[in-house]
Amino acid sequence: MNIPGAIDCDIHPSIPGLDALLPYMPDTWREIIQIRGIDGLNSISYPARSPLTARPDWSPEKGKPAATLAQIQRECLDPFGSAIAICNCLYGVQLLFSEDMAAAFARAVNGWMAAELLDRDPRLRASIVVPIQNVELAVDEIERCAQDPRFVQVLLLASGDHPLGKRMYWPIYAAAARHKLPIGIHAGSNYHNPPTAVGWPSYYTEDYVAQAQAFQSQLTSLFCEGVFNRYPDLKVVLLESGWTWLPAHLWRLTKYWRGLRMEIPWADRSPADVVRSNVRLSLQPTDAPPDAASLQRIIEHLQSDELLLFSTDYPHWQFDGMAAIPAGLSPALVRKITVDNPRATYARLMELVR
Amino acid sequence: MNVQNAHSAAPQPAAASRMAIADCDIHHSPRDFKMLYPYLEPRWRDHLDQFGMRRRMGNYSGPQYPKSQPDASRRDAWPPGGGRPGSNLDFMRTHHLDANNIELGILTMIRPHPGGFQNVDLSAALCRAINDWQVAEWTQPEPRLKASIVVPYEDAAASVAEIERWAGHRDVVQVLLLSRTVEPLGNRRYWPIYEAAAAAGLPVGIHAFGNGGQPTSSTGWSSFYIEDMVGHAQSCQSLVSSMVLEGIFARVPALRVVLIEAGFGWLPPLAWRLDRNWSRLRAELPHLHRLPSEYIRDHIWLTTQPMEEPEPSAHLRDTIDWIGWDKLLFATDYPHWDYDDPRTAIPLRLSAEEREAFFISNAQALYLRPQGDRPGTPDSVTRTRQKETFMHTTPHGQEMPR
Amino acid sequence: MNLQIRDTPATQTSSRLAIADCDIHPAVRKASDLDPWLPARWREHLASFGGGRRLGMQSGPAYPKGQPNASRRDAYPPEGGRQGSSLAFMQAQHLDPNNVALGILNPLKSGQGLANPELSAAVCHAVNEWQVATWTSQDSRLKASIVVPYENASMAAAEIRHWAGHQDFVQVLFLSRTAEPLGNRRYWPIYEAAAEARLPVAVHAFGYGGAPITSTGWPSYYIEEMTGHAQSCQAGLSSMIVEGIFEQFPQLRVIMVEAGFAWAPALGWRLDKAWRTLRAETPHLKQLPSAYMRRHVWWTTQPMEEPEPREHLLDTIGWMGWDRLLFATDYPHWDFDDPAYALPLRITDDQRRGFFLDNARAVYGVGA
Repeated sequence: MNIPGAIDCDIHPSIPGLDALLPYMPDTWREIIQIRGIDGLNSISYPARSPLTARPDWSPEKGKPAATLAQIQRECLDPFGSAIAICNCLYGVQLLFSEDMAAAFARAVNGWMAAELLDRDPRLRASIVVPIQNVELAVDEIERCAQDPRFVQVLLLASGDHPLGKRMYWPIYAAAARHKLPIGIHAGSNYHNPPTAVGWPSYYTEDYVAQAQAFQSQLTSLFCEGVFNRYPDLKVVLLESGWTWLPAHLWRLTKYWRGLRMEIPWADRSPADVVRSNVRLSLQPTDAPPDAASLQRIIEHLQSDELLLFSTDYPHWQFDGMAAIPAGLSPALVRKITVDNPRATYARLMELVR
Repeated sequence: MNVQNAHSAAPQPAAASRMAIADCDIHHSPRDFKMLYPYLEPRWRDHLDQFGMRRRMGNYSGPQYPKSQPDASRRDAWPPGGGRPGSNLDFMRTHHLDANNIELGILTMIRPHPGGFQNVDLSAALCRAINDWQVAEWTQPEPRLKASIVVPYEDAAASVAEIERWAGHRDVVQVLLLSRTVEPLGNRRYWPIYEAAAAAGLPVGIHAFGNGGQPTSSTGWSSFYIEDMVGHAQSCQSLVSSMVLEGIFARVPALRVVLIEAGFGWLPPLAWRLDRNWSRLRAELPHLHRLPSEYIRDHIWLTTQPMEEPEPSAHLRDTIDWIGWDKLLFATDYPHWDYDDPRTAIPLRLSAEEREAFFISNAQALYLRPQGDRPGTPDSVTRTRQKETFMHTTPHGQEMPR
Repeated sequence: MNLQIRDTPATQTSSRLAIADCDIHPAVRKASDLDPWLPARWREHLASFGGGRRLGMQSGPAYPKGQPNASRRDAYPPEGGRQGSSLAFMQAQHLDPNNVALGILNPLKSGQGLANPELSAAVCHAVNEWQVATWTSQDSRLKASIVVPYENASMAAAEIRHWAGHQDFVQVLFLSRTAEPLGNRRYWPIYEAAAEARLPVAVHAFGYGGAPITSTGWPSYYIEEMTGHAQSCQAGLSSMIVEGIFEQFPQLRVIMVEAGFAWAPALGWRLDKAWRTLRAETPHLKQLPSAYMRRHVWWTTQPMEEPEPREHLLDTIGWMGWDRLLFATDYPHWDFDDPAYALPLRITDDQRRGFFLDNARAVYGVGA
């Protein structure tokens, strides 16, 4: 594929190593990291050498995948021809327990991102990593980074300590709405709760598959708690969520909304309406049925051509070669997914792209 | 779901022309919990009186999230003579079995299901009592009803003993677990249960609900009952992943699993996601010999209620096509408030074969083996068998003053 | 605990009392050290997927430690490698100068608690082989712990039976933070196998059971986690007693390792008081909970509580029994207790010998 103006909404630069972050930290934290022998924050959501974590042709002999601008340009930006790519850094900041340490790391990740990538390739944009451990500090980081228009989104994980609709998190949404930043929720967990509602699985495969259930839970929470009633212009983007589960989930949520809306009286629109106005999903991974006809059916079940946003999920191994867009989509839909939908979602892109 | 009382007139027996159906999720309960006491050894009666159930949740009794209706039930399901909905067999006959022409009704005991209690000996004792009670007071007087035996699933050895105690009994058609367990249901700790159920020729029903002590989502405790209810679909997706990927179906090819009251629309996309990731990550799972979706197709059935209601409803046909018309078992969830009425539940135009499969023949094929296979059927044999296998049970009335 | 690096010359110590050190942590120099005992399938698995635990970090601790590898800065072997990875340097820095006559090895990064049950079993087995080949066969003062994949009891029991009777193994090792409380029946086959092999079961603080370190959630700081092991281990020990494993396995002996010990008397009193009121719930218990504790449980000393005045510790030890404590340094970790300073109390020679050596010899059945 090579679509002029395509916007790749989910790529994952790696922090090359902890050393790379040190220049973006104050001396006190540098010293603490050294004294305590902290050697990096790597999440089990993406084991370093799992086949899914990096495509074979995107796995360097030495070093991490997607860890240098040259790698990102050579493997992702140039071949796919994207006009814009949004960097979602999955460094394990959310795993930390100390609020202050998390804030220092988030700040360093964002500082590294701006200086090492955004400054050096005009096609790149980034999401703001926030210390979700402390909502006040998270808002501070949003306020700080929002001054830089190349930060186009706030990044959260699909599983954390509490469901994201909870009111304790609303100051984050207020800050995001104030700066026209969508909330990107990416696959992953801080693992402070078991990765599934029925406990800890034995295998990584189960963990990764279960990310789709985490997104379903978050969507339920955001809807039921009334986040979009309070912030009607807020966009939430589900990143690396898979999306073929969405219709069935909306059917169920809608059925219970009909039966139980007295419990959440502010929920005055159906879940499907709310999703169409406020929620978007990245294209990869496409957990597709085996036949193209069924994929057509599931796209029809979405009942909207505005929900999906193009993504390569680089360097994760979701497809081979250039097949980032599943076969059989109409040219009109491809245009929506690659260009129109991302531009309609990310207000800050409109300011920069012609 | 019908919260309102649709018809205020007294229920009438279904017209003879109406098709006989199976209802694969009927909730009975004792009128008063203490009606189980005659089936329980004195030690456990005293224990329950003093210490309660201890169910891995804070509430001493009742649900974690307040329900939307008293006893989570239809307002017209309260028996006129008193007692909670589902506690009076006569009323259930007129109100539900006769009125809907139910020929096969599968009882699924969740009020309570003691399988997740923290004290595993209490769990086992109360499971035995409930099973004895439901056979004596429900399935023996009403042959249309069949029982699911509840087992103390957090203690696999005790569960196996309970399954073996009932194997071959004509009134028992299923082993019942709840979905929210201490660890995912594919974990090896539960394998002996599946092996015993398969050996006994019984499907394993997994009913939504329960409490394993985990939050109701991977991101913690939600605020509302609606989230709890919607969340069962996520819990059940996780447990299906676990059962498939941990390899229980590869290990026990005769195992049949029924997901009860979890919905079903989520199954096809889950299967696609499993296949896709398995193709990438299969080095981690060398014990699987086939695509995850193939294990699902061969081993998993689902009851229909609460049936998804897409608009347009034709989308539901795609979903059922993907799952297979032979895999869905109609269920009402009587007497609960989110009851699916068999007259209006499926908003599709069905062929005669589809209707037959959906409403009855799938259930018959799954739950009712040919008579020749059922060693317990003749009364004399049943009595002998009971004598051998009911050793743990306190004889009714001997130790309890009436 | 001594964080400063003091210039401590390796003095001639033949005059010093011989001691047992019941908590020494050996480490691999590099991950491939285990390869000779790991089947290709698991080497490849580790290379691709790592060893996932019930913890978000791919490797390393949940809370950043206070020191690199949580170890003494003077404990890096001169030939390179991490602290605790060189037998020669351990001999020169610790075993010889401190006159350690009996050293119990407790490997920590040993496959215990890995999410994948078969991987956990495979790594544990390799670590056991490695302990013999690299440590106990090279220095007869050192004895090993059988590390077991405790979340899968049948595999763990098989590993114990594999080594039962081997003179280099003197205990079975658990980590304290298990998926369910330690008294739960899922673990009973392990206790059964240990009792049958006449091996004590050591429960070392740490591990990754997937539950927060406190019953009120995840705290913010490493200091809270470290302090929290005392509460976590109290819960584990209460569970073992109340669920009745000592009635079920009367031969079973349990050693609490690196959890402190001063909490033990108050825990015993509280268990007894509650049990007197609630005993109808636990008819399988035939004695006071503290009686099981007194008969079946030992504690290693490090990190030793340091009350002021120090003499208060004499009361605590008196309540527990002078035969219950097993001296330990935790070498090479940063919170090492130095045997020269660890017990600055006036006690009898019998008490001192018991504390530093004889209690350990008795419980492990080693030496005389």
